[in-house]
This record gives sequence, C-alpha cells and structure tokens, in this order.
Amino acid sequence: MKDILSELETRREAARLGGGQKRIEAQHARGKLTARERIELLLDEDSFEEFDMFVSHRCTDFGMEKQKPAGDGVVTGWGTINGRMVYVFSQDFTVFGGSLSETHAQKICKIMDMAVQNGAPVIGLNDSGGARIQEGVASLAGYAEVFQRNIMASGVVPQISVIMGPCAGGAVYSPAMTDFIFMVKDTSYMFVTGPDVVKTVTNEVVTAEELGGASTHTRKSSVADGAFENDVEALAEVRRLVDFLPLNNREKPPVRPFFDEPGRIEASLDTLVPENANSPYDMKELILKIADEGDFYEIQADYAKNIITGFIRLEGQTVGVVANQPMVLAGCLDIDSSRKAARFVRFCDCFEIPILTLVDVPGFLPGTSQEYGGVIKHGAKLLFAYGEATVPKVTVITRKAYGGAYDVMASKHLRGDFNYAWPTAEIAVMGAKGATEIIHRADLGDAEKIAAHTKDYENRFANPFVAAEKGFIDEVILPRSTRNRVSRAFASLRNKSLKNPWKKHDNIPL
Amino acid sequence: MFNKILIANRGEIACRVIKTARKMGISTVAIYSDADKQALHVQMADEAVHIGPPPANQSYIVIDKVMAAIKATGAQAVHPGYGFLSENSKFAEALDAAGVIFVGPPKGAIEAMGDKITSKKIAQEAGVSTVPGYMGLIADADEAVKISNEIGYPVMIKASAGGGGKGMRIAWNDQEAREGFQSSKNEAANSFGDDRIFIEKFVTQPRHIEIQVLCDSHGNGIYLGERECSIQRRNQKVVEEAPSPFLDEATRRAMGEQAVALAKAVGYASAGTVEFIVDGQKNFYFLEMNTRLQVEHPVTELITGVDLVEQMIRVAAGEPLSITQDDVKLTGWAIENRLYAEDPYRGFLPSIGRLTRYRPPAETAAGPMLVNGKWQGDAPTGEAAVRNDTGVYEGGEISMYYDPMIAKLCTWAPTRAAAIEAMRIALDSFEVEGIGHNLPFLSAVMDHPKFISGDMTTAFIAEEYPEGFEGVTLPETDLRRVAAAAAAMHRVAEIRRTRVSGRMDNHERRVGTDWVVSLQGVEFPVHIDADHDGSTVTFQGGGAMRVTSDWTPGDQLAKLSVDGAPLVLKAGKIPGGFRIRTRGADLKVHVRTPRQAELARLMPEKLPPDTSKLLLCPMPGLIVKVDVEVGQEVQEGQALCTVEAMKMENILRAEKKGVVAKINAGAGDSLAVDDVIMEFE
Repeated sequence: MKDILSELETRREAARLGGGQKRIEAQHARGKLTARERIELLLDEDSFEEFDMFVSHRCTDFGMEKQKPAGDGVVTGWGTINGRMVYVFSQDFTVFGGSLSETHAQKICKIMDMAVQNGAPVIGLNDSGGARIQEGVASLAGYAEVFQRNIMASGVVPQISVIMGPCAGGAVYSPAMTDFIFMVKDTSYMFVTGPDVVKTVTNEVVTAEELGGASTHTRKSSVADGAFENDVEALAEVRRLVDFLPLNNREKPPVRPFFDEPGRIEASLDTLVPENANSPYDMKELILKIADEGDFYEIQADYAKNIITGFIRLEGQTVGVVANQPMVLAGCLDIDSSRKAARFVRFCDCFEIPILTLVDVPGFLPGTSQEYGGVIKHGAKLLFAYGEATVPKVTVITRKAYGGAYDVMASKHLRGDFNYAWPTAEIAVMGAKGATEIIHRADLGDAEKIAAHTKDYENRFANPFVAAEKGFIDEVILPRSTRNRVSRAFASLRNKSLKNPWKKHDNIPL
Repeated sequence: MFNKILIANRGEIACRVIKTARKMGISTVAIYSDADKQALHVQMADEAVHIGPPPANQSYIVIDKVMAAIKATGAQAVHPGYGFLSENSKFAEALDAAGVIFVGPPKGAIEAMGDKITSKKIAQEAGVSTVPGYMGLIADADEAVKISNEIGYPVMIKASAGGGGKGMRIAWNDQEAREGFQSSKNEAANSFGDDRIFIEKFVTQPRHIEIQVLCDSHGNGIYLGERECSIQRRNQKVVEEAPSPFLDEATRRAMGEQAVALAKAVGYASAGTVEFIVDGQKNFYFLEMNTRLQVEHPVTELITGVDLVEQMIRVAAGEPLSITQDDVKLTGWAIENRLYAEDPYRGFLPSIGRLTRYRPPAETAAGPMLVNGKWQGDAPTGEAAVRNDTGVYEGGEISMYYDPMIAKLCTWAPTRAAAIEAMRIALDSFEVEGIGHNLPFLSAVMDHPKFISGDMTTAFIAEEYPEGFEGVTLPETDLRRVAAAAAAMHRVAEIRRTRVSGRMDNHERRVGTDWVVSLQGVEFPVHIDADHDGSTVTFQGGGAMRVTSDWTPGDQLAKLSVDGAPLVLKAGKIPGGFRIRTRGADLKVHVRTPRQAELARLMPEKLPPDTSKLLLCPMPGLIVKVDVEVGQEVQEGQALCTVEAMKMENILRAEKKGVVAKINAGAGDSLAVDDVIMEFE
C-alpha cells in the first residue's frame, strides 16, 4: 500500500516539473513564471484542485510517442479567489512550448464545460507557441472545440484571458471571444500572423513587439483591455477584477463590506466644471469622488480616452461606469469610443451590473475619416447597447449633452431609470453658436446681432431646466451630493425587473 | 474703532486679516480679480468688490480701482496685507486724501525705509549697526587695500551697478583686495559701462534674523523678539522660526533695542520688521526695514500671544499700545513652513491647476491669544499646536497670476525639538493633490541634521541641495516603522476582501500571518499577531513593533501609532500594492506572502525609460509653433514650443540647459500625451 501511495507522489512530482528544471529556468530567465507558479499567484493559497494532471497526448507521428509528459502542456482545474470559485487553465510553455494538442484542448474544454454548468468564471493564462504542428488537423479541431465553448460561455460566466507569452495564429481567437484580455508588458504578444509572414507577404518589416505587444493592443488595436508590468502584478490585478464580477449570469454582482459613507458630500465637485464652457476638466475626478473609497478599476484605460469605462463600487456593490472625458477630444463620441463603451455596456448588461453614465458630450466627431470609417454604424452600437440594457441605469449630465450624442448617452428615452443633471448642464441640439448661425442665417453678416441671438439661445438652452420641464431630466442635483444621490438611486433599483421581448438574439449593427 | 475695513489683498493674508477683523467686530470688504471670483477670501468677507482682470497690474495694484472699491463700500480703513500696495507711499497718500485710514505706518516712514541708501543712512544715525563699508568713490587699488584694512577682512568688493554676481569679489587679504578691485572694475566697466566700485564687510556664515517691532502713534514702541529666516531658496523664504536657535538674550536685546530706535527715528506707527544679517560671531548688521506685516508673522504671534493684525488695526485707529516691553515674553518655539505650489522634483517650477484634494491638518490653536485687545500674558500652553494660514480650498484653482504660496503651516511647542516633531507630523498629515507642491521638500528639511541642530545659514538650501531636490531615502529605522504599518494595513485590507459575497461556504480564504514587505529596495519578512486593539509585527531577525490605528481600507490618510509614537502615511493604490508617502519619501510598497515574495523576486527589474533628454507632449494637443532649431543651445526656462489643447496655448519650456538634437514634430502636428516632441543631446 505504501508503495502505491509513494508511486502517486512520484508521478505527481514528475507532472509538476512540466518540461523539466532546465526549461523552468529558461522560463524564469525570460522574466516569466511557470504555469503552476502563475496559478499559485492567481488563486487563494492552497485552494487549487487540479484536473487531468496525468493526461498526455496521443500523437504517434514524428517521434512524438517517445515524449509523453504528464499534463500535455496545460494545467487545469479550479480554485478560489477570495473564497469565490473560478476555473482556470494555465498553458505550460516548458512543455512543447505550450503548444495546443488535441488532449491539451480537451483539458481546457473540460473545465469550460464545468464552469458553465457550475456557474463560475473561466480564467485562461495563455503562454503558447500555437498549434501542435505534429498533430495537424487534430490540433486545429482542438482550437475550434475551445472556440465553440468560448461562444457558449459568453454571457453565462465571465471569461478572462491573460496573455503571458506568445499567442499567435488561431490561438488568438479564443481570448478574442472572452470578456477581458490582459497582457504582460514586454513578455507577451498576440497576432494572427507573425513578423516573418508579414515580411514575406507584404514586405513590411516589423518587430513582434510593434506588431502585437501590449502597447499595440492597449493603445492602437483595442484588442487588450489592460497591460501590467509583470506576471506578479498582472495576476494580482486579475484577482482584483474578479472581486468586482459576479460569478455567472444568474447572480447579482458581488457586495463586500465598505468603509465609506454613502452620503459623503464632496464640496469640491461644485467647482469641477470650469466657468468657461470650452475648458476641459478631468472626469476621472468625479468618478473617484463618487466611488466607494475612490476605488476604480479602469478597462481600456489607454484606448479611446475620450470615453472612460470601468468598475467602481457603491455601498459595496459593483457598478459599471461609462463617462465622457472632456480632457480628450472634448469628450466627443467617435468610432473608437463608441465601440469601446458599447462593448463595456453589453458586458455589464450580461452580468446584471448596474450602469452609471456620466455625460459631458459635445456630439459626434465630424470628418471624412469618421464617416468613411462608418461612424454611423459604430455610433449605433453604443446606442443599441444602452437601449437594450435592462440593468439599473443612472445617468448624470454634468455639462454638455448635445445632439444625437445626448440621446445615445443613456438618456431617459433609452429607458434610463434616473436621469440627473447638474445645474451646469446644457441639453441642446448643438452649441449655442452653431445653432444661432443656422436659425438666424439671415443675420450672419451682423456680428452684433449674432452675438445677441447666441446669448438668447444660451439663456434658453444652456441649462438643464428645459429638459427638466419636459421630464427628460428627473432632477437637477447639486454636484456635491452626487455620490449620495447616485447611491440612493441604485439602492432603489435593486429589485428592478425589466425584460426585453423574446428573440433568438438581437441584430446589433456589428 | 472702525466699523468696516477693506483688505487690499488676496490669498491667505486677506483671509488672515478677515479673521482678526471679524473677531474685533469689524465688517470686512474683499476685492477680487476675475481669477479670484471663487477665492476663499471672497467667500469669507462680508462684502466683495470686483476690481478687474487677473493680472495684478490690472487689478490688485491699481490704486484707482482700489480707491473706487473703498468709496463704493464706505470702508473706513484699508489693510494692505503684504506685497501689492502694502509699501506703496502713493497709495498711502491717496488714502490720506480720501480721508481713509491706512492700516500701516505713516507715509514718511514707508518712503524713508523704501530706499536702500537712505534707510542705511538713517539707521546709522539712529545707532543701528550696519554693514561696515565705504560708499564713496575708490580711486585705485591702493586705496581699496587701505579701505579693506579699515573695514577688516574678509571684504566684498562690489560694482555699484552690479547684479547677478557680476563684478563681485571676496577678498581675505591685501593681495586679494588689490586683484579683486582691479578685476571687479574691469568686469563692471565691460558689463555695466559703470566702473564705480564700493567695498563692504563680507559677512561669513550669514543668517537672516529679523526683529518684529510694534509702535503706536503716541511714541511707544516695543519689539516682539526675532524670527530666524535663514532657510531660503533664491531669496525666497521657505522655513522660518521664532525664536532663533542662534541668538542669546543679550544679542536679542541689543537687536531689539536698535530696531525700536530705528522705528522711532522714522516716526513709525504700526507693525514693522527690521531685517538683520548675523554672522557666525553673532555680529549683526542692518539690512532693511519692511514697513508692513511680514509673511512669517504667525511664528511671532505663536510665541508672544500677540495678534499683530489686531495691534495694527488698533494703532491705526489711534489707540496707544496696551503692551509694554516687559509684557513681552517669548514662550516655547514656533516654526513656519511655507507650502508652495512648486514642484520640487522639477526644479521648483510653479505648478498650476485644480486642487483635487486639499486637507490641511486640524488646527489645534488657531492663532493669537490676545483677546479683545487685552494682553493675556500667556502664550498657548499644552503639548503642541498647529496653525495653518491658507487662502485656498479643495476644489479651488491655483492660477498662474499670483504668488505660488498656498499655505503657511505653523507648529508651536514648548521646545524647538517638539515643534519640529509636530511639524513633521503636520506635514505628513497635509493632503494636497492635483498640483505639484513642496511638501516632500519641507519634510526633508525638517529631518535634515543641520536644521535639527539649528546650524544653518542663508546658503543652506543651495549648499545642501546643490542638484535640486531628488526625493528622500528613508533611514532603516523609519523604513521598519513604515513596513510594520504597511503589513498591518495590508492584512486588514486582505481580510476585508475575503468578506465578499458569493464565496463558497466552508471554503473561505484564510488570511495568513506571515508577510514580506518590500519597499525602497529592501525586504522585511514579518509575522503579524493581531488582536482587537492592533497588531504586533515581529521582524524576522529580531525586533517587534506594536501597530495600532483606526485606518480602514480606502482611507487615503493613515494615522497610526507604531510603538506608541505617531506615524502618519498617505496611502494610495498602485497595482498590487500601496503608494506610501511619509517624511518626504514617496514609496512603492508591496506586502506579499512569503511565496508571492519568492515569485516576485523572479521578476525582472524594469528601469523606467530615460525621459530626461526628451520633451514629451504633456497633453493631447496641436503643435502651434516650435521655437527652437536642431543644434540650438537652450537655457533652463526657455520656451521650446507651444501646444494648443482645448483652445488654450501651453508654452513648453526647457527644464534644464541643453542642446536640441532632434525635433520630431512641427507646427500643425496633432500629438498624444507623452509623444516625443524633441530630443536633447
């Protein structure tokens, strides 16, 4: 009996070594942790339960039958993050470069199926050279099996991908369909075709980092939602994100004890909006001053900065925030910001996370690049996302809410539950100057008259009261009391029940 | 007594004057420019009058506009504060003509003391010690040597028209005096076209010590001790204290009596300050007299209990002084630290913008102890006191138009050491965000051995921070205290995280007791034993600290007690850890389990990219123009290019001297934050 027990231990020891000590050291030398070390950092101490530790591949071609390491290049299982269950897979670069075989894929599929069945998030730690070429189509089939599960799990349980090494070719499409992608700076990259192929096909010379590094995907392509300095920081921050997310779509977002008075008054917000309507101010200050303990988890911080998206807590419960940022492009909506915010709104709606919208928007960005790029359909994504969302929606207009962008930004007409405005709000079809030049075209030559007309228009619309008279604004609130008002609004919406008509699925303008 | 006074100033001093006026039952009128519509002094005053656009020369110092405000409000008297019109005899004249009382000295005293040469002459006549020197024309080098000998070495040979160190030589003997005279003369002729030279005593180990005097219009005059103001940066005072750690009773009396003699000689009637330069042997020499309320007056108020503003108002109203020289007792020690909106890490460049957070430490003694004009005889008593004179508030704006000083933080305690310690805690408790400020630098000065010993000269900052301020490295003892605090705080935060809803029953996370704190490149493995009152943090390798606090996760200010001694930290979030600021240090602190720490050690150290030779675009915007060319040498502060953002033109200036190596952007280019505009060699 004792021998049998020690046999188990011996086999486990071997499995835990993955590709062996030498490759582990090489992994470390690259500034990367091993698959198991990463799981240790991601999960609560001693909470990891492994599946399929002894699974090995079935390939018999190209001498593969002689190398059959236990685990086959991926570590899978479940554990807890602050006591809440999550499923995890972590690709092991020390075993065949983390390449994906048929069995490797099966291991991932197994935990994904369990995650959907048991209602817990899936976190994938990606570090893989790509398909196991020796296996040919079996490997491609494996990818597709994973893809199908990503699709089925979407909107059922949160899926988070962390790119911690290479992720190229077909491998990119699994993370691409998850809810969030995070990357590690300098040690990870993602692309469909690598620099060599790019050079062969297009003669373009580009490094892997330029083509698909963290900076590229967080700033230019918007593929990634965030980037971190190293593995340790990345995993600590993923834990922090999981604290914000519900485990599945049948659950309410998590609540945790908080140490911040919901009625906290922030007198300084009374002076947040500058006197000059064209001066910028930092909308993040408002977010931080509304949030419990000033804690804000920003998503896509480096992309389309004219809109801010991320999570805060109010009275301990998660709330998604979408806010125009007057500091960048005056906070206007454009293709990139509409896409960014639309995806975020839809994530929140999938998982019953209430949405707080902070509005200071002068309109859509004009220009050929926007029109040629299809701003009509991209802008419509955000409009669509807000309109279909059934979660509690609270909106605060701080300053400008002009034109179609007013409608888009979670207006009353898109089933906003609470639509507040600060006294500095201006809700109008457009800015006073532009409006005057259209209405009083005849007086265009007379600067004095135009100035007088502009003043008239300002007096009429550069305030929240016209909208309030019509009931489009539920209440004009003092900036200083915003946290109090917003917290109370969401508290009153905790039992909100709203259903869209049955449909197979909608047809959002993709 | 007056019913209504106008304060012809802004900022903290206007607020300071309003406080005393209110205490005396006098109603107040503020004046304000466009930039100050929402300023604190406007909010505090009973009435406020708008006097023009932001630049002071179109508002605060335009006599006609101030006079109009006086007329409109019916103010009977004007307190000028400091700066602006406070030493402007024309303003005093205009008030006189309008029959309005100037809360300050008579016009004649302002004029007499306003001129350097006249004031020195009057001082000499009044028996005040002045820097020995020869003002007449010096014919040749022989005469220069003769005069130098009469004065006594070392001497300073200076060009009459000089400035900026040009045409200036220090001589310690005849040989140097001879050479110095000749070279100064040549330099002066070349630089200024005026080769007149004079010689005066060179004061070694100079300290700036000034005497506060108070005189009434009935011929009474007293002195209220001295203020030591040696800690200066480019002639701008930064730290002041009273009394001076350097003076003895006899010197104090001698300086005080001479100061009063000078004040009486010019018919002074108000509060005034006689500035002296004092050498290493306690020889003191008259510098100048400031015929106004001094910025650093609060330290005098804290050790004497006299409200100087109240006394100024009473004197102006014609009352005789109610205090005699014998009433003046110096009790305890007071220190003032000036909080400037200047970024110490960027060569003290002024910083403007919105104060997103501004929370001064709680005031424990809000100032002078003189009640209803009655001298109470005792200065504030007790352990320590904090006073903060300020003119800003959270959510307010620091504009580019005025002095960057935003607060004067003062502490009082029975001893100098206790006052310094109280200041350290007060600085650590002072929360200012949104702009660059010198709090870390002030903390560094409070911990500087030379300041602690009281052994400083006016060259303190130039000598001790020759390369500017580069932040503080905490000594091991302080580091351990911060580490213990961070460990205890992290544990509390982690326990809270385990209380989130949706966890698996019976399989909750247990927060451990062993941690590794890493900060400032050092790791401290610790063990925490927590109980209801706090945590005992035991360091591996010996030593334990008891940490207690009412800090809860998310508090940006952590007030702790570590082994019974207070420790105040500003605790912010960074990915995976804390940003902790204390005692001038700005630390990234990570608290990890031993296993996490082991893995973290495997992470490569990433050096921040070297941006010191790059000009980065500070905001997304459009390049309007580039002012320099490749190969051009630029000086610190020189305009490099203009970026328009949000319809505002921002001029980017060179942070230091250098040569332009490459320009990556031209007029019309639209840039994002941190895009490289140009590179330097």
